[in-house]
This record gives sequence, C-alpha cells and structure tokens, in this order.
Amino acid sequence: MAKVTVDGIEVEVPNGVSVLQACEAAGKEIPRFCYHERLSVAGNCRMCLVEVEKAPKPIASCAYPVADGMKVFTDSEMVRRGRRGVMEFLLINHPLDCPICDQGGECDLQDQAMAYGLDRSRYMEEKRAVKDKYMGPLVKTIMTRCIQCTRCVRFATEVAGVPELGATNRGENMEIGTYVEKALTTELSGNLIDICPVGALTSRPYAFVSRPWELRKTDSIDVLDATGTNIRVDTRSGEVLRILPRTNDDVNEEWMADRGRFAFDGLKRRRLDRPWIRKNGKLQPASWAEAFAAIAAKLKGVPGEKIGAVAGPLVDAEAALALRDLMAALGSRNLECRTDGAAVDASRRDFYTFNTGIAGIEEADALLIIGANPRIEAPVINARIRKRAVAGGFPIGFVGPRGLDLTYGHDWLGEGGVTLRALAAGTHRFNELLRVAKKPMLILGRGALARADGEAVLAAAWKIAAGNNMLQPEWHGFNLLHHFGGQVAPLDLGFTGGLAVGLEVLWLLGAEPPALPEGAFVIYQGHHGEAAAGRADVILPGAAYTEKDATWVNTEGRVQHGRLAVYPPGEAREDWKILRALSELLGHRLPYDTLDALRAKLAEANPVFAGHGFVPHGCADTSGPTGDPTAVSDAPFALAVTNYWQADPISRASATMAECARVYGAPQARLAAE
Amino acid sequence: MSEEVVQPESFAFDAESEAQIEKILKRYPPGKQASAVIPLLYVVQRQMKRVTGSAWVPVKGMDAVAARLGMAPMRVYEVGTFYFMFNMKPIGTYHLQICGTTPCWLRGSDEVLRACKDAAHVSGYGQTSEDGMFTLSEVECMGACVNAPMLCVDDDYYEDLDYESTVKLIEALRRGERPKPGSVIGRQTSAPEGGPLTLTDVPGE
Repeated sequence: MAKVTVDGIEVEVPNGVSVLQACEAAGKEIPRFCYHERLSVAGNCRMCLVEVEKAPKPIASCAYPVADGMKVFTDSEMVRRGRRGVMEFLLINHPLDCPICDQGGECDLQDQAMAYGLDRSRYMEEKRAVKDKYMGPLVKTIMTRCIQCTRCVRFATEVAGVPELGATNRGENMEIGTYVEKALTTELSGNLIDICPVGALTSRPYAFVSRPWELRKTDSIDVLDATGTNIRVDTRSGEVLRILPRTNDDVNEEWMADRGRFAFDGLKRRRLDRPWIRKNGKLQPASWAEAFAAIAAKLKGVPGEKIGAVAGPLVDAEAALALRDLMAALGSRNLECRTDGAAVDASRRDFYTFNTGIAGIEEADALLIIGANPRIEAPVINARIRKRAVAGGFPIGFVGPRGLDLTYGHDWLGEGGVTLRALAAGTHRFNELLRVAKKPMLILGRGALARADGEAVLAAAWKIAAGNNMLQPEWHGFNLLHHFGGQVAPLDLGFTGGLAVGLEVLWLLGAEPPALPEGAFVIYQGHHGEAAAGRADVILPGAAYTEKDATWVNTEGRVQHGRLAVYPPGEAREDWKILRALSELLGHRLPYDTLDALRAKLAEANPVFAGHGFVPHGCADTSGPTGDPTAVSDAPFALAVTNYWQADPISRASATMAECARVYGAPQARLAAE
Repeated sequence: MSEEVVQPESFAFDAESEAQIEKILKRYPPGKQASAVIPLLYVVQRQMKRVTGSAWVPVKGMDAVAARLGMAPMRVYEVGTFYFMFNMKPIGTYHLQICGTTPCWLRGSDEVLRACKDAAHVSGYGQTSEDGMFTLSEVECMGACVNAPMLCVDDDYYEDLDYESTVKLIEALRRGERPKPGSVIGRQTSAPEGGPLTLTDVPGE
C-alpha cells in the first residue's frame, strides 16, 4: 500500500495503481477522455494532468503510477492552465456543431469544455475535416468530431476481440477507422457508441431522434439473451427511443449486446394490440369481454387433463406463475416451457443454471464448451470468457462445429457425441488439462440438449463435471447456457410437466411450439404475432418486457426486476393481469390482486424469488440428472442460434435487426466463407 | 484510404521475397515475429517494384504480411500508413525524394526541387509525371546534411546537388542509366570538398 496525499487528503491505495485512481479514491474527479477503467491505458488525451510535488511538469495521472508519500494537486494553477491548454488543442479541430450533434447533452467534451474551455478561439487557420467511415448499420460515424482518444480501437481489440479498428496515417492526418471499408464483425458494436467520449461514434438508429434531457429513464433488464444485462430504457411520450446498459460488475460490467440494444424498434411493429377471435375461420378484432367470453365458453366442459399451457422464451416469472396457478385451478398438469425441445432437467436448480456465475468465469482456470457458441448466444458472457482467456493460463476446449471464431483461441476437440463420450469416460486428452485445474468449468449450450438424445447429453456433461473436479463444495463448474431471459423462471416454477396427447385447449404464453395439436382450441397470449398467433382461435394481447413490472431470471439463476418503461400499446395489458382477470370469469379467482401479493406467491412457489440477485454456491450433491451418459449418439452438435440478429419475435419485427441480418448475413455462413 | 487507387486482386510472395522473409524472421525470437512487420512491408514494396515496376504496398500485400506474422490486418495497416517510406498507392518508376529540412534547404534544396519539376515534368510534391517515370516526394532529414542538398532516388542518395547536376541526374535516369550514388562533385564520402584536411598523415611515420 502507498500513502498518497491528494489536495491535502491522505489516502492509502495499493501499489501500482495510477495517480488518477488515487485521486478518485480521495474523491477528486479527474477529467479524462482516453482513460477508461475497463480498457488498457493509452495516455494520449492529456486531459487528466495533475501536479505532483517536486515534479517539474504536470503529469498525465492515468498513466503515472503512485509512489509512497506522493503529494498530488488536482486543482492548482499549473493544473488548471495545463488542462485549459489541452482543451484548447482538442478543440482546434473539433467542429462547433454541438447543436446538430447527437452526443449533445451527454458529451464528455462538451461537459469538460464547460470547465476548462476558453470562451473564444484563438485559432484562425483551417480546421481539418475527416471523411466519415462506414462501420455497419448500427454505428454512425462523424469522424471530424473524433479527438483520437482510441477508446474504440482498444475496446474492439481488447474487449470485443475483433481487432478491426485502428489509427491509420500519422500526425494531423491520423484517422480512426477500419481502413478497408467493412462493417465491424462484432455483436458488441453498440458499446463503441457508449465509450466514445464525443459525437464521433453515435447510434445510427437513434440519429437525430431525441436529446438526453427529454428522456424518461427506467431501469430494467434485457431479456433478448440469457445474460440478464442490466439496462436503462429511455422513453419519450410512451415510446422506447433507446436502450443503454447499466453498470453491474457481476453481470454485464458495462457492456451490452447489440440485439438487446437495437432490437427495440421491434416493440413498435407487428404488435398484438387488441384481442382477436376466430369467427368462421377468420381472425376478427374483438373486445376483451368477447375474448374472455369465448375462452370461458370453450373451457366449460373441457376436462382439466385436456387443457395445456406452454410458456415461451420471453416469459416473466409473474405471468408464468399466474398461468401455472390458473392451469392448476382448472385441473391441468399439462405445462411446458421447453418449446425448443431441450431436455432441460428441472428437478434440481443446478442442473439448469449457470452455476459458476458470470463473474465466476474470471476465477476459473479451465473451460470446456459443449455445443454452444457463446459469441452469438450471449455476447456479453463471451466477452467475459475472452477477458479471462486474455489473462492467460486458461485452456479452452470446444466441442461443436469446427472453425468458429469465438474471439479467443480455443482447442477444437471434436464435433459431437464421440468426443463427448470420450470426455465423459475420462479418456480424452483434454481431461488431463481439466484434472490439473483447480477451478475447471464447463458451459453446456441449451441447443446441445435440443436433440433426441438430449437427456443423455445432459447426463454426459454432468458426468464430465463430476469426473473432472468441477463439482466441489466451494466451486460449481457446471453451467447451462440458455438463450433468452425468460427461459429459467418457468423452470424455477415447475412449468415442466410435459404435454399430454390429445389436448383440446392449448394456452400459448408467448410460445411458438414447433407443432400444435390438430383441432385444438388455441389461445395465444403474447406481444408479437407470429405463426402460432396466426393459428390461434383467441388472441390476448400481452406486454413486452419493457412494458411491465416483471421478475426475470437470467441463465445464472439471478433474480432481477425490470420496471415498466412504457405502457403496452392499444388494449394490450400486463400478462399476469390478463390471467388474473380471466380467472375470475372462470370462477377460479387467482389469489393476488396486486403485484406485491403476486410476488409473495412467487416467493412461496420458489424461495429463490424471495431474494434478489445471485448467490455464489458450490455443489453439495454430485449425483447427476437421470439419463444415460453413454447413450449419446455420434451426431455432431448443431448450433441453436444461427441468425444472431433475428433470434426472437421482437428482433424479427425490428427493421434495424433486419438490416443487420442483411449486412452480416447468417453468422455461420460468414464464418464458413472466411 | 484513397479510393482512386486500383488495388490488385491478390498478392503472394514470390521466391525471392520468400528467401528474404526467411532471413528476416530469423532475427526475431520465437513469438516475437510481429516485430518483423516493417522489414516485411519493405519486402512487399520491393517485390511490387520487381514485378510491376512501381514500388508500393497494396492492401493485399499488407494482408499477406499480417497472415505471415499472425497479426490482425488492421495492425499492419496502421504501421504501413504511418511510415511515409511505404507508398500506399502506385508511384512512378523512380521515386525522387527531396530532403527539404533546414540544412538541405539552406544549401539550396529549392533549386533541386525546381530542377526535378523541370526535368522530370512533375508538377509538385506527391505528383507523378505523365509518362509514369517519376514521382516526387518531400522527405524529412535523411541524415546526409554534410553533403546537402541531397536527393534520394529509390534507395540511392545523390548529394551536393545543384540545379544542373540534378537535371543531368534525372536525364540519366530517364535514359535508363543509374549514375553512381554519392556526392556528385566527387567528394570523398563526407570529407571536406577537395579532399581530407585532417588525419592526412599517419603519426609515427
């Protein structure tokens, strides 16, 4: 530890931290552009100048290590003059186009110019202009505004793992770009917009849409992948205008995947905004009363065991519980939430969650990935794996398609069943690496369970975990990677009885089952109408994830609450309220009238909902799921998500995502071509 | 990147380049091959000169360097565009590089420039003559200040120039001759004009 005095405040900081960090520890804010705590230090903007006693010149605090007994001054005349000079240099070539710049109001340069900028320019020469670059359909560039902090270059290289951005040419001609024009091949490109301290990289879909002070900000949770990214939904007059990540070091740090960030325009298109009833073979608009009456009339006289309910991948815990309770009241045990056919074993929580935790990845020292492509199934988790891989001493084995670019090096072990059986038997060469590891982990893709021998794959994966030191009292290295934010909550609520054959009534809660029973009466409750809604007899318009106060469980099993940012469109309602209202008409009143009462019931149904967040845990019971680990067939693992940009109903309705899909093509096809 | 540049469809190292690369890579310890990026870019530029007559580095050439050294192509583009020794677009057969830094300028580099413009028919810096023979560049100090002013033709230094000798040099180049590099007034290396003045005797003799 080093004792440092910052403006007379004495702080003790670890050796090797920078002066800037010491100043922050002392509560002093240091202006900066290039420094970013999650990226390497560049030290090229010079805005963070401070004065250090006995140093002849001001020093760049971000790149200067502390020394014991150092006396730092952050507000001396020398510092102020230095920063003013730096600011003047930065503004030499920066255009004065704040009124038409999308960064206006949340621009680091604008803010800091208020503190250190001069009120007039002494610069009479020509300003430089830089040609704008094309970086894909998501990131808009106005490169004349660039102050060359190189945060984007470092983010792309270090975090996203796609070293496609760089600084070409030199001196006054230096430009940030890809040199050879191309769309950035990363699923994390939206983060470039966040880290850019000026308006050089801005959001293309958000261009000229709004000013930050006009927006109402609502904290929520992203459900378009299973990471459970903490988000902030920015709205104006009942419309979602953009989605930004919130910092949560345990989940997404401060990153966010592009689909979650940009697919929200799908919330406005192809929505189910009023009830529909099928009359004479055609769906016709109806009122809520008519829709409820039609359901009530149909359900009358149908025995409970002929009724079934299916929960989709974007279902919140409240709606799942309400539907489960309604089905129980009707006497039905036909519940299913695994519409993709994944043989997820819901009998024990650690069979179907990401037990290591996302932050736990950084503690692991060996990784085996089975049948998953984390890069497109959970880009933010993939960034965490990459972070661990870059730190070194982290062998990564991969079972699945060959030649995937995961953004980090990995040892391709095999395509499928043969390799998995060898690993389970402990005879594969990679077993050696796992056995010597202290905290090995494996990631099993949900897609690997969605095949005929899914149960056996799950059992084999568990056996690999058990046989390779992954299941310890203090360490749980077995992880199932789900695809969407609503896939774990129904499992927690036991929405897994399975559907009997010959169902007469089927309730689809945002679900799109591969096949619907012939002749059944289908009730579709959800926010986007796709094939299943087209087949439905009654459609009940529900709320999307931004339109309800809801509980979400991510792939770790982390319980998080999203808040209502905008009201559902038209006559659509929050899903649990629809079920609650209908239950009264059916004579099975559900015992909750408020969200609090419902959440109390949730906690009763599964104690995990009483808490919040994720509790790191070890594995107390190493006995595995039912299923024969040796029965895995030789079939190779196919990846579940092949089109990252259009993997769910919301992104399929999104014009932005359609453009991305057009530009990037199916990721698999692209990888094969390269 | 200049859009008007027509980039070749592909680039592959030829046998001569391969031999050079093998030699260059041996200079660096295993795992540090990326250090060879600048020498390899020269290999590309020289191969282009051999094959096409114009010494420049196409994008495909930088890609080939990146692939050989296990680097991201972007990292090679950064190096290639940073150093002005690498030409990012095709140049003339002869690359006339005039030093315009203070010593050369004081000793008359403006005359050398005028001579280049007149004799090579190049309109100015960064331009190529219409016949495709000469490209003119201004460079910073090349370290030949004692014999200023100087002109660097491709890799050869010509020193102690004035207007007439520069014109003569360019005309010789146009004829396909390659005059002997060095001082054009017959100076011995960097010794004073007219021959060495010191250390002329050997002590003890």
